Amino acid sequence: MKLMEVCGTHTVNIARSGIKKLLPKEIELISGPGCPVCVTDQSDIDRAIEIVKIKDVIMTTFGDMMRVPGTKSSFMDAKRDGADIRIVYSCLDALNIACSNPAKRIVFMGVGFETTSPTIAATILEAKRQKIRNFFVLSNFKLIPPALVAIAKSDRVKVNGFVCPGHVSVIIGSAAYVEIAKRYKMPCVITGFDDIDIVKGIKRLVEQVKKGVSKVEIEYKRAVKKNGNAAARRILYSVFETADSDWRGLGRIKKSGLRFKKVYKDFDAEREFKVEIPKATSPKGCICGEVLQGIESPLDCKLFKKVCKPERPIGPCMVSSEGTCAAYYKYE
Amino acid sequence: MCLAIPAKVKKIEENMAVVDFGGVRKKISLGILSSVEEDDYVLVHAGFAIGKLEKTEAENTLKVLKELEEVAR
Repeated sequence: MKLMEVCGTHTVNIARSGIKKLLPKEIELISGPGCPVCVTDQSDIDRAIEIVKIKDVIMTTFGDMMRVPGTKSSFMDAKRDGADIRIVYSCLDALNIACSNPAKRIVFMGVGFETTSPTIAATILEAKRQKIRNFFVLSNFKLIPPALVAIAKSDRVKVNGFVCPGHVSVIIGSAAYVEIAKRYKMPCVITGFDDIDIVKGIKRLVEQVKKGVSKVEIEYKRAVKKNGNAAARRILYSVFETADSDWRGLGRIKKSGLRFKKVYKDFDAEREFKVEIPKATSPKGCICGEVLQGIESPLDCKLFKKVCKPERPIGPCMVSSEGTCAAYYKYE
Repeated sequence: MCLAIPAKVKKIEENMAVVDFGGVRKKISLGILSSVEEDDYVLVHAGFAIGKLEKTEAENTLKVLKELEEVAR
C-alpha cells in the first residue's frame, strides 16, 4: 500500500521521527509535490533572475527561494553579483520596503500554496488602498487539489491514499478534497504535524484502504474545519483567478495556478517587466521531476549524496530544507 | 513552507493584533481572518493569522507541554 504525503513539513517530520521505518513493510510512505519551492518551474525562476538584473529593482522573497537554481544561476548568485535581493518574513514587509523606496520598483517573488497566497492577496489589497504604485508580485502560486487529481489520474505512480496537508486545509477546508475522494476513489486524511498526528492520520488511511472506502477525514480538528477559512479565500479570489500552471516534474496542470484578475493587473510583475528568458535546461542526471511525483526515491538518484548535497544542491528537492532529497539526506 | 505557529491574541488594534508565541510577542495582520477576539488562539503564517484554533484544544495542548517541561526538569 502506497500512501503519499503532499506537504513539505510532513515530509520533514516523517523523516525526522523515523515513522517510515517503524511502519510494517506493507505500508510505504512516499512524498509528493508538497514543497512549493521545489515545484516552482525553472522558467519562473529564470524570469525572476532576469528581473533582478534590471536597474532600480529590489527583489523580495521568502528565504527558501534564495538558493534554488534556475538554468544559469540562483538569487544567491545574483545577490553576490550585486543585485538587491532581500529576504522577508511576510509580504507586508515587502510592501513596507516599497513605501520607503519610492524611486525603486519592488518585486515580491510569489511562491506558495493556498496557505500563503491569501496573505499576498491581502497585501495587494493594502497596496491598492494606500495607492502604492511601485510594488509588484510574480504570481507563481500553486493549488493543491488539481495536483492531487493529476497524481490520482497518473499511470506512472499508483497511490492508495493521500495524507493531506494541514495548513493548506486550514484555508481550503476538508470540503476541497471531496471530489478527489469520491470521483477518483482516493482516501484522504488531513493531519497535523506532530508525530502522533501523522501516525493517527496514517492509521485512518490504512483503515479506509482495508475497508475499500474513500472519504475525507480530518485528524487535525483543532485547526481544520469543513469549510476552511472563507474570508481568506474571498480575498484570494478577489485579486487572483485560476489559470493553468507549470509544475516542475508534473508539467502543465489545468487550473492549478493563479493569475492576476484584470482589476489588479497593475501589480502583476510579469506584465510590468518584459524580459527574455533563457531556454530552460535541467541539470544532467537530476531526477527531481520523478521524485516530486513519487515515482522515484532520492536513493534512486545517481547524484544523491555524491554530487548533490545541501551545501551544493543540484536540484530543487535538495535546496529547500523541506525538499524530499534534503529530508532524506539529513535523516535517512 | 506552510509552517504556521500557534499564538495567543493579546491585543487587537484595527486590522492588526499583538500575539504571544509563548513569551515572544509580535504584531501580525488579521486581514484574512474574520471575527478574531482577544484571548483567542490563532495559527500565524507569514505575518498573518490564517485560522483559529479551538480554545479548549489549544489550552489542553499547552497544559500537556507545560507538564512535559516540568517532568523534564
